[in-house]
Amino acid sequence: MQLTVWTYEGPPHVGAMRVATGMEGLHYVLHAPQGDTYADLLFTMIERRNQRPPVTYTTFAARDLGKDTAELFKTAARGAYERFKPQAMIVGASCTGSLIQDDPGGLAKALSLPVPVVTVDLPAYQRKENWGAAETFYQLTRALAGPNAPPPGSQRPARPAGQRPTCNLLGPTALGFRHRDDVREITMLLNQLGIDVNVTAPMGATPADLARLGDADFNVVMYPEIASLAASWLARMFHQPFTKVVPIGVSATREFIKEVAALAGVDPEPVLKSASSRLTWYSHSVDSTYLTNKRVFIFGDATHVVAAARIASQEIGFKVVGLGTYSREFGREIREAAKLYDVEPLITDDYLEVEAKVAELHPELVLGTQMERHIAKRLGVPCAVISAPVHVQDFPARYAPQMGFEGANVIFDTWVHPLMMGLEEHLLQMFRDDFEFKDGAMPSHLGHAPAVEVTAPAVAPDVAIAEVTTTTVTTETTTTTVVWAADAEKELRKIPFFVRGKARRNTERYASEIGVATITVETLYDAKAHFSR
Amino acid sequence: MTVQLQGCAAPAAQDLAAPAVRHERGQHEVFCGLTGIVWLHRKIQDAFFLVVGSRTCAHLIQSAAGVMIFAEPRFGTAIMEEKDLAGLTDANDELDRIVTQLIARRPDIKLLFLVGSCPSEVIKLDLSRAALRLSKRFMPQVRVLSYTGSGLETTFTQGEDACLASLVPELPASTSTETSLLVVGSLADVVEDQFIRIFDALGIKSVQFLPPRNSASLPSVGPNTKFLLAQPFLADTARELENRGATRLSAPFPLGVEGTTAWLRAAADAFGVDAALFDKVTQPARSRAERALENFRQDLAGRRIFFFPDSQLEIPLARFLSRELSMQLVEVGTPYLHREHLAEELKLLPAGVAITEGQDVDLQLDRCRAARPDLAVCGLGLANPLEAEGMTTKWAIELVFTPIQGYDQASDLAELFARPLVRRAKLVA
Repeated sequence: MQLTVWTYEGPPHVGAMRVATGMEGLHYVLHAPQGDTYADLLFTMIERRNQRPPVTYTTFAARDLGKDTAELFKTAARGAYERFKPQAMIVGASCTGSLIQDDPGGLAKALSLPVPVVTVDLPAYQRKENWGAAETFYQLTRALAGPNAPPPGSQRPARPAGQRPTCNLLGPTALGFRHRDDVREITMLLNQLGIDVNVTAPMGATPADLARLGDADFNVVMYPEIASLAASWLARMFHQPFTKVVPIGVSATREFIKEVAALAGVDPEPVLKSASSRLTWYSHSVDSTYLTNKRVFIFGDATHVVAAARIASQEIGFKVVGLGTYSREFGREIREAAKLYDVEPLITDDYLEVEAKVAELHPELVLGTQMERHIAKRLGVPCAVISAPVHVQDFPARYAPQMGFEGANVIFDTWVHPLMMGLEEHLLQMFRDDFEFKDGAMPSHLGHAPAVEVTAPAVAPDVAIAEVTTTTVTTETTTTTVVWAADAEKELRKIPFFVRGKARRNTERYASEIGVATITVETLYDAKAHFSR
Repeated sequence: MTVQLQGCAAPAAQDLAAPAVRHERGQHEVFCGLTGIVWLHRKIQDAFFLVVGSRTCAHLIQSAAGVMIFAEPRFGTAIMEEKDLAGLTDANDELDRIVTQLIARRPDIKLLFLVGSCPSEVIKLDLSRAALRLSKRFMPQVRVLSYTGSGLETTFTQGEDACLASLVPELPASTSTETSLLVVGSLADVVEDQFIRIFDALGIKSVQFLPPRNSASLPSVGPNTKFLLAQPFLADTARELENRGATRLSAPFPLGVEGTTAWLRAAADAFGVDAALFDKVTQPARSRAERALENFRQDLAGRRIFFFPDSQLEIPLARFLSRELSMQLVEVGTPYLHREHLAEELKLLPAGVAITEGQDVDLQLDRCRAARPDLAVCGLGLANPLEAEGMTTKWAIELVFTPIQGYDQASDLAELFARPLVRRAKLVA
């Protein structure tokens, strides 16, 4: 068992629902107990969809367990087919449904429905939401496109002269972070390159569309967490190459343009010359100088984290002090990225571990999920959301892609917004006792009342940080307790709020390294000199 | 699935026969009882709710709790993993480990509920024995209890019933020979305080509440306890209280002016309060509430309302809306109908009202679409899709999270139903 207060991902059947709900003409019959219909409101409320998800639940209750729950499933599946007349169905079980072992696949087969019925077996006690989405999309692709695969060993016929190259966009689903607008942005970009989109899937596709996935020349993997499995299978069966670069950020987008242009056999130069993002100039303009080496911690799904780290470091000039992911399946990608920034990767789905890491690193900005927003709020650190899980405010009405050149514009605004603006930051360092713009106050452009300075977090004694006078510092060999002299403590408070934690930690580390028991004003400035480069 | 009608003949007189109730089985679009945790953890301030379940359970509470999860919630989930199911680890040892970890982390917890879920029930993990064992280990610091919030056994608010029923055997025995009053069911603090003032003015001095605001102030119970249900979904809790010798006072529920008056009167009668005093105490609040309700009558009178099943509050709400605001009841769905506890309510409903117990959501949606009510009361999974079809909806869960009981909340309650209609009228198409 695992103690969980917050879970980064839902169970795998929610992933299957994201695929089914993203598609059209597909129905999902889910063997699940009463109450599991809560998942509907993820789609109707958070994503604000105007239709019920195409999911029929058996909603069995205790009194049904003594009877024939298999019959209940068959009735539900038959009823769903008759009412919704889908082009294809998927059947499966939720976590409790899988415990009663009714075999939805076999039962559905016995009904001999006149449409393809795809069974998705999702191990609810091992796997999670993104895996469920990936597996469902893969099984659907296999079942629906499979029959159209060329015989093994045959070559892809050459594209007729004069016909524009085509690709599929793979990965966008319902409830995906900014999937709606990313699809639009990338479609536009491909169109500029002279490449047509054959099928976008799962989002917006019908089962009939999936059947013609093989018609495209290559695949664009927009979200590897969801599309990798299907794309690899398509590469094997249809000899369709697929893209490796995810176009989030200016450099990544430019690389992506070159990659797809090569796959499509078109010239990328006109687009590379004409299109660009305002991020590049905004980031170069002197107003952004104060962003240099701001310490940033990044967490989320692997794709968005890897992309964000690159943007943060190379395009905005932040310093990446930590990164991590909850996508265990993509641990390798994260470990590689961590090497680039010389940080320890954090691969965990335990939010308490993430919180402890943020507290330890004292970043000036956290880029994360909805949950990191919470952690950052508690620790008084500015934060922006870069990845699912997200709440309703991150399914905005306005156009807000993360991908492509417009995505980079959105990202620049979103990430810089929570930081204190440059002039205010300077003034705070010079004049500390203003009655209104005081130390630790939220940036005044955010319009909030001054934040209360965070003392030890209420949650977790194990992540107690910063604002205690006596601190135990653990070094490799010894454990020493250092004490702050009153005047040093007072001097420390003159250091701006957002870097004070870092200064405190460095000073304590320095003191314990040189064997000083009481930190004085002198020790503070010695440490400052020691760590300045 | 199956639809059967019982007692088809419309009752000749309201007090002779109970109204016809349609029973429906099929897909239920409802929450499970785990959702009760979302408000119970705020009501009982030193309690922690540990769900023993799957990732789905954790995800449900997180989704239902919305942004509230961000304020260090007093609930969590022990997520069962493959090794727990395969019997590779002893589930009880695992549970002990988690509880120990939790109590070390949250030393402020005084009362810990182990909450059963569908998966824990299907694999027959005995949480009541685990609770006994853990209680022994952690007493007197922490008392450990268990109840089920699974979708197999409970629908939405029934989770509160199961929780309170598990508390009843723990209540101290009342030693007093004087009759005392126990108000049962979670009420907003502000509502509780209003009722305390009214009971006080009526001369009913010994009034206690279940659930209490913290575990140190558990009410006592015994043969001299008379209890009033403040909520309609407390079947098991009432039975447990009766097992302890307490007597239920039969009354409608304190929604609206009429319901509140009748509810208070049931207590007043049981405690021999003089009728003149009752009128003197309640009259000012009654007139004030009636005046406030008047503002909403023109928005609501004559409007047709359709209730999908959700919380068991539907019948009292329908009674209030039809009698005090002249709304027309198209269909009143309830997940479960306790005929005895709702007897006083059913008497007050208009003759021939269509009541449905249980649900087959697709058929019910067909009926709703055919009837085109002015207002549909439904869950969040149905609300936006129905709005998109041009129907006006009121999402039901809000009725559980808003102070709606008592005189001074009557107009707030009416406003909850008027608001979506006012909004639809206000927005350009």
